[in-house]
Amino acid sequence: MQRNLFLGVEAIGQASIDAGISGVYAYPGTPSTEITEYIQHSKTASERKIHREWSANEKTALEAALGMSYAGKRSMACMKHVGLNVAADVFMNAAITGVNGGLVVTVADDPSQHSSQNEQDSRYYGKFAMIPVFEPSNQQEAYDMMYEAFEFSEKTGLPVMMRITTRLAHSRAGVVQKTTKDENQLRLPENLMQFMLLPAYGRKYYQNLLDKQDWLTELSEKSSFNAFYEGEEKSLGIVCCGIAFNYLMENYPEDDCPYPVVKIAQYPAPKEMLIRLENECDELLVIEEGYPLVEELLTDFFGKGTKVSGRLDGSLPRRGELNPDHVAKALGKEITPDWNSPDTLVGRPPSLCAGCGHQDTYKALNEVVKDAGEGRVFSDIGCYTLGALPPYSTINTCVDMGASITMAKGAADAGLSPVFAVIGDSTFTHSGITGLLDCVVEKTNINIIIVDNETVAMTGGQDSSAKGRIEKICEGVGVAPEHIRLFVPLKKNHDEIVKLMREEVAWEGVSVIIGRRECVQRLAKMKKLNKSKK
Amino acid sequence: MKTDIILAGVGGQGILSIAASLGAAALNEDFYLKQAETHGMSQRGGAVVSHLRISDKPIHSDLIPQGKADLILSVEPMESLRYLAYLSPEGSLVTNTSEYKNISNYPDLEDTFSELEKKINIVRIDADKMAREIGNPKASNMVMLGAASPFISIDEEIIIKGIETIFQTKGEKIVQLNIEAFKAGRAFAHNK
Ligand SMILES: Cc1ncc(C[n+]2csc(CCOP(=O)(O)OP(=O)(O)O)c2C)c(N)n1
Ligand code: SF4
Repeated sequence: MQRNLFLGVEAIGQASIDAGISGVYAYPGTPSTEITEYIQHSKTASERKIHREWSANEKTALEAALGMSYAGKRSMACMKHVGLNVAADVFMNAAITGVNGGLVVTVADDPSQHSSQNEQDSRYYGKFAMIPVFEPSNQQEAYDMMYEAFEFSEKTGLPVMMRITTRLAHSRAGVVQKTTKDENQLRLPENLMQFMLLPAYGRKYYQNLLDKQDWLTELSEKSSFNAFYEGEEKSLGIVCCGIAFNYLMENYPEDDCPYPVVKIAQYPAPKEMLIRLENECDELLVIEEGYPLVEELLTDFFGKGTKVSGRLDGSLPRRGELNPDHVAKALGKEITPDWNSPDTLVGRPPSLCAGCGHQDTYKALNEVVKDAGEGRVFSDIGCYTLGALPPYSTINTCVDMGASITMAKGAADAGLSPVFAVIGDSTFTHSGITGLLDCVVEKTNINIIIVDNETVAMTGGQDSSAKGRIEKICEGVGVAPEHIRLFVPLKKNHDEIVKLMREEVAWEGVSVIIGRRECVQRLAKMKKLNKSKK
Repeated sequence: MKTDIILAGVGGQGILSIAASLGAAALNEDFYLKQAETHGMSQRGGAVVSHLRISDKPIHSDLIPQGKADLILSVEPMESLRYLAYLSPEGSLVTNTSEYKNISNYPDLEDTFSELEKKINIVRIDADKMAREIGNPKASNMVMLGAASPFISIDEEIIIKGIETIFQTKGEKIVQLNIEAFKAGRAFAHNK
């Protein structure tokens, strides 16, 4: 059988196309970005005119995906874990409305925070919303699950969450593909009030969701993705979730794990399987990538029942990504490596590229900030966040997308003056505009610096919804045109940039200072692309 | 047959072309393969690592356990030392000697390497220079793959076929330059 080498994210992208989606809606975010990029580059997707443009943020993405589902077609929304916080409102409510066409919300978590502010576990959101969650253990399963997920969504009438983590997302393996299904026809919901959550309707639909819960557990029980593996040695029973199953099996290369094992890849957790495991075994070990969700579920509060170990009792690390060595240790099979890295080794943190315009902005801003003293530069998420590190050490905060403007506003309200907000172009259109409106309404004394590199650079140079629109947006929101200033972040303009910034600091009110120069990586990428097109 | 490889380098150095060539070779041979990559934040000039596993039996973990790697293949000398805990007692370390200095406190590693060379099979090669000599500075990664190839249980011709697959779209000339680079690296390791 023909196998293709697919990253986990690519397997998901291909499977969604093969399952007949009519649209993917997403905002970039590591490690989810390449799902959408895969679909953007797919020939089938282009022939079928599958929707595959980037959305302004995760909330607009999921809402549009829900709208496509309303119209009877299959759709997918993709985001990184913190993106689901942004889309949480529609996510929770979509569980109440349910779906018409199949809807899958693919969320990529980032344990160990390789590229993220935190390592929150999206399975909690799935449980919170009371919808089915799929968590594949390998690339083939990711493909197979995604292929089935849309049908499952239509069968249960609910959105399905596909939860993956960085390791699966960015690891390649051979994957066998299935045939490509037709897209759904346009078809309005049978009940035209299905998506109407006025309380009178909402209550009824919420009850429907509650009534489905036992059935969902039953479906998990029968799911081919969940499994009970027999074992002779009953002193321990092991529960593995998603990719953790591989780390267990790695420790038994001859497929000779002596303990009974429950593999969970579909939630709600398969209750009967777990009851059987508990009945058969003296103790349980839960191995899961992320927070201890299943472990908490099985650990008994009063400590009178079966002993459950895992991340909570220290058998496995409380935080961070798992690996086969962690699992070996939990099984008492630890090995000590023969070599260790020499002490002479030093770290190599990420840094801004040579020639990056963010550097020129920070050099100028540092001079201006010195006038009033440090500790007043609120910033945001993107390549420019690296300005927190030496040699710049310019910015003081990075919390969630858009928070630079709003936190600076709050600090200004508290009496800090002057304040600065440094925000990227894509972050600005993702979540900065509403904060700017707050500032305009209250005439806040704030200096907002939009570092416009005309792309979403941090995640690999995607198109930015902000491109060519920033000045008009700011004017439209109500910033005085004479306080919307533009500079080109280049070394030779240093003095001019400092002067311009000082002028705006002197003015008490909302200033928007835009530093515009294309990201050098994006420039190179587009050149390469154009060359290969020729 | 099983080869577990730690591929190391700095974000932007393109270690993934090495992985891709071996991946294509493994697929041609119907071997199983898993290859975990680093994307995202670290690609901005940070340390990057890829775990590449090839076997004739199904592979479970995407990550190589500590002490189990047969080979550390690094396109940068300091990065070659970062993952030593993964190297098996019989494993080899093949590294480029060309330093990538994007940090101010880059250490002098000569003593460290001389010490380690007493215990570990180490091949050090100036792949950048060799690639320049061949007339294709961009092929330094293929020189590295060549230098590491004696420690990988896949036949030379099959790896070369893998290189052909990967560079095919760039034209015959580029394919040949990369194969030449591979062969030069391989010859260096053999003559060492
Ligand atoms: C809610 C949320 N979505 C997505 C991300 C991932 N992310 C981090 S930075 C960034 C893009 C920033 O682009 P921009 O503001 O233009 O800055 P640049 O990287 O181009 O300097 C994205 C998408 C995130 N951290 N949080
Ligand atoms: S990718 Fe672009 S924006 Fe990011 S550091 Fe490099 S040049 Fe700057």
